[in-house]
Parts: sequence; structure tokens; C-alpha cells
Amino acid sequence: MPRAMKIKMSRSDRIFTNVNYLFLTVVLVVIFYPLIIVVSSSFSEPQAVISGKVWLFPVGLNFKGYQAVFRYQKIIMGFVNTIIYTVGGTLFGVSMTLLAAYPLSRRDLYGKGILTFIFTFTMLFSGGLIPSYLLNKALGLVDNRMMLVIAGSMSVYNIIITRTFFRSTLSEEILEATQIDGCDDFNFFLRFVIPLSSTIIAVLVLFIAVGHWNSYQTAIIYIRTESKLPLQIILRNILILSQTAALSGDVSLELAFSGMQDLIKYALIVVASAPILALYPFVQKYFVKGVMIGSLKG
Amino acid sequence: MALSYESVHRKRKGIDLKRLKKSWQLYVIIFLPLAFILLFHYGPMYGIQIAFKEYDVTKGIFGSNWVAWKHFDRFIGSYNFRNIVWNTVSISLYSLVFGLPVPIILAISLNECDSKKYKKFVQTVTYAPHFISMVVMVSMVILALSLNNGIVNNIIAALGGTRINFMSKPEMFKSIYVLSGIWQNMGYSSILYLAVLTGIDPTLYEAAIIDGASRMKKIRHIDLPFLIPTIIIMLILALGQIMNVGFEKIYLMQNKLNLSASETIATYIYKIGIENANFSYSAAIGLFNSVINCVLIVLVNQVARKVSETSLW
Repeated sequence: MPRAMKIKMSRSDRIFTNVNYLFLTVVLVVIFYPLIIVVSSSFSEPQAVISGKVWLFPVGLNFKGYQAVFRYQKIIMGFVNTIIYTVGGTLFGVSMTLLAAYPLSRRDLYGKGILTFIFTFTMLFSGGLIPSYLLNKALGLVDNRMMLVIAGSMSVYNIIITRTFFRSTLSEEILEATQIDGCDDFNFFLRFVIPLSSTIIAVLVLFIAVGHWNSYQTAIIYIRTESKLPLQIILRNILILSQTAALSGDVSLELAFSGMQDLIKYALIVVASAPILALYPFVQKYFVKGVMIGSLKG
Repeated sequence: MALSYESVHRKRKGIDLKRLKKSWQLYVIIFLPLAFILLFHYGPMYGIQIAFKEYDVTKGIFGSNWVAWKHFDRFIGSYNFRNIVWNTVSISLYSLVFGLPVPIILAISLNECDSKKYKKFVQTVTYAPHFISMVVMVSMVILALSLNNGIVNNIIAALGGTRINFMSKPEMFKSIYVLSGIWQNMGYSSILYLAVLTGIDPTLYEAAIIDGASRMKKIRHIDLPFLIPTIIIMLILALGQIMNVGFEKIYLMQNKLNLSASETIATYIYKIGIENANFSYSAAIGLFNSVINCVLIVLVNQVARKVSETSLW
């Protein structure tokens, strides 16, 4: 094959390429700059934050904001609760999704159409907020930690992308081969399907875990006891409702931290987002895979 | 599988017990999720009837009095009905019109980026905001827009303008909502379109180059046609959800001052039902909303089927 000729780009193409790079850089700055401001402000002097002096780099580098954040018991409690709900919810959600998606992916499942419809119809119509609330109340799930574990675990969207994955990865031949050797469905599921599903399990874990970590609607509706509140609700109380007074009954603590409200908020934002944002670049490709599997018309 | 006279000529009606038995293990596997869905997703549908009753906790669902359309009349006739519905619909449309093109443009732009490293870098940065929780996102917005030391007002002041208290102004609410949404989601939403673009057969591009096409022409004649089915699907999904603006973000951004522009159906249902414990009335509004959503998505899908080759089902 002859060495590729370096085709000189036409003038319009050169302009296009430069404009394209410019555009991407603008997007980069627009996304990055607010994040930088938040991080820089969190490391700055309270005075600098209040008087609006932080433009790019921290002004008067210090950790007062972070010290304040870690002194608030409720934040730690919120973190612990959220970890419980996320771990429990992910285990529950991933298992349920796999258990639902595999049978639906089998072409020889008798009644497949009806079963699939039962699941997908819920994407079209639902009982609504209040009827669900009344049902959960009757089941004893109000102010119950279990509610936050099971809520939102049955996402039909997740089931569909898992089903698509099974259909495209598990060929009929593998199944038939094992059936000849006397393997039944239970065995096949445990011995073959699960081990071959590491990719989709990774995707599901990420989707479901992030969903649990970031959610607050279920907790707002169902949780009444303060000790059960997940992190996001605590964050909402401090960041949105500015209830810093609610965090410590200690008036002297309150006075010491007055004038630091905004600084504390910035530090809190960084602390709350750091875990996910630090981990996410490493698992980025799994998210991308998940979105792509979901885009295949199942 | 041996063919018997019966198996070939068996009537199609009725349940085929033989084939059902063959799948029994699969039914056991799906049992838990099925039970879960029936209980938690179909169970509440029984409770929908309280929308037509005057629900009394002491009498229970079954024993409460039947009032037929009273709650629906009340909602449609209420003074803020028009406002709430208008807020919901306009926020959805506004989000759609400005939110749909941006990820597409970003995807095309990334696809045209020659430097792999830069492309990867931009991707990592633009995907990041999607993982910020709603609470953190809204608080960042509020902080950035705050009157005395928010970065937006700082820039305005530095350029010589007067500071604006953005979050207190109803007329700014929708723009703040939509623009912050685009900021947060443009990267993640572009993944889908980028996936389509990277799947395009490179020989098409080579043929275009030989024909002397410029990059703009390649985008117009190769990229866009390939993207159109995906765009239509996203459009159908978005239109079907017009009356379904999410609760979480709006509720966090609401305050007493911007309420006239920020009260949507979902937040109203929550306030009436959970905060005020007005169960029947809230259930009625919820049913009203659910039915419209259902009808909308079916309708939009039918239109899409007639007009193009792409549809959800």
C-alpha cells in the first residue's frame, strides 16, 4: 500500500478545524470554571469569600471551612446512612434486575410477551405519589430504612438494557450445548449467565449506586427520624435552607462560625461531591457502555 | 421434538400447559422481581380510586365516600390551575428547544476533533457535572447567583453593571432552570449521539473526501442523516414527558418569591398531598397528570410511526 499522501487541507477545512477547537475550548472553560470557583472558594479566607474576591485561585489559603464541616456530627451521620442505603440498595437492585432480565431475554420463555408487557407498562402509567404513599404506609415502610433501600431499585429501563445485553452476548448455541449435557435453567443462570455478565453488572452497579447516592425525594417523603436521614437531605438543610443553626445546638459554636456560612457551604459541596467525582473517571467507560447498550433498540 | 398429530393440530386458544411447564424454572427466577413490580407498581393503582372519593383515614379506602369528579372540577377550576400547567409545559418546551441541540452539536464537534487526547480530556470534563447530585447542583447555582458575592454578580459588577437578585425574580426562573440543566447534562447527553457517529462506516467519509467534500458538507450529508433516527426517538420521549417536569430540581429551586413561575404539577401534588395531607385531592391531580402523560406518549408515538420509520414501538 503506497504511503498515504498528506492531503493539504483546504482553506475552509482549516478554518473549520480551528473554529471547532475554539468551540471545544469554550465549552471546556464554561464547564470547568464554575467547578474551579467552588473548589478555590472552599480553600479561601471567609472574608475573601464574603466580599467576592475569589476569581480563580484561593485567596488566603486555609482549611477553616473544612474544619467546620467535619465538626458537624450530622454530616458524618448522613454519610454513614447514605453508605448503608447505597450498598444495600445496589445489592438489592442489581440482583432484582438480573433476575428479571434473564428470563425475559430467553426466546423460548412461554408467556414472554405478557410478562414483558407487565414490566414495560409501568413506564407508561403509574399509580401516582399519594396512592404509593398510602400503600407503603400500610406496609409499614414510612420512616423505615428499608424504604430507602428498595425504592427505585426496579427500574424497567435497567431491565431492558440488561435484557439487550443478554440477548446479544448469550447465543443460543451455548444454551443448547449445556442443555444437551443436562444443564437446567437454574444451573445455566448461576454457572454461565452470571459469570459472563461482568460488564453489565458493572454498568448496573454504577447506575444504581450513583442513583442511590444522589437521591433525596424518597427520603423527604418517607423519613421522619433525623438519625435516619441520608446525606443529601442533610446537605439540603444546610445548603438550600441554610439551617446551620439546626446543626449544632451550641450557640457559641454558632457565633464562631457566623460570617462563614458561604465558606462552609463551598467546603461542604466539595466534601459531598469528591467521592463520586474522584472515582468517576476510572469507571467512565462503563457508563459510556451502559448508555450505548441502552441505545440499541431492544 | 417429535411431531404428533396433537401438537400440530392443537387449537391455538388457551394456555399451552406443556410449553408453560418447560419454562417453569425461568418463572421461578423471575418470581421475586415480578412480585415486587406487582406489589409496588400495580398495587398503588388500587389506591387511585381515592381520587374519586373523599378519603377518610378512619374509614379506609373502601369505606370512604364517593364524590366522583369533585376533586377534578376543583383542580381545573382553581385559580392557579392555568399557572401551574403553563409553568410545567413551558419549562418542558423551553428545556427541549434549547436542550436538544446542544448535546448534538457537542457530539459532532467532538467527532471532528482530530486530537485524541484533547477529545478525551474534554469528554471527561463535560461528563463530570452529570454526577453531581441535584442538591449540590442547585446549591452551586444559588451560590453563583447570590446577590453579594456570587460569581455571576461579581462579573456583572466588575463590568460596571448593577447586581441582580436572580433567584427572587420569577421571570428569570425558567432560564436559570434550563441553562443550568444544559450545563449539567450536555456532556452526558452527547454520549448517545457520539456513539452513533463513531459507528458510521469510515468508507463513507473516504468516498466523500474523494468527491471533494468539505468538512461542513460531510457533516450535513453523512453525520446528520445518521443521527436523525436517534434524534427522533429523543424527541418522542421528550414530548411524551411534557407534563412531567421532575420534582427534585424544581422543589430545590423554589422559594416564596419565584413561586409564580416555579410551581409545577409535581411540586404541587407533593405539597397538597404530603405537606397538607390532602390525599384525595392530590391523588386526583396525580391521576389527571398520569393519564395525560400516558395519552401524550401514545399519541406522539403514533405520529412518529406515520411520519417516519422510527418510533418507540
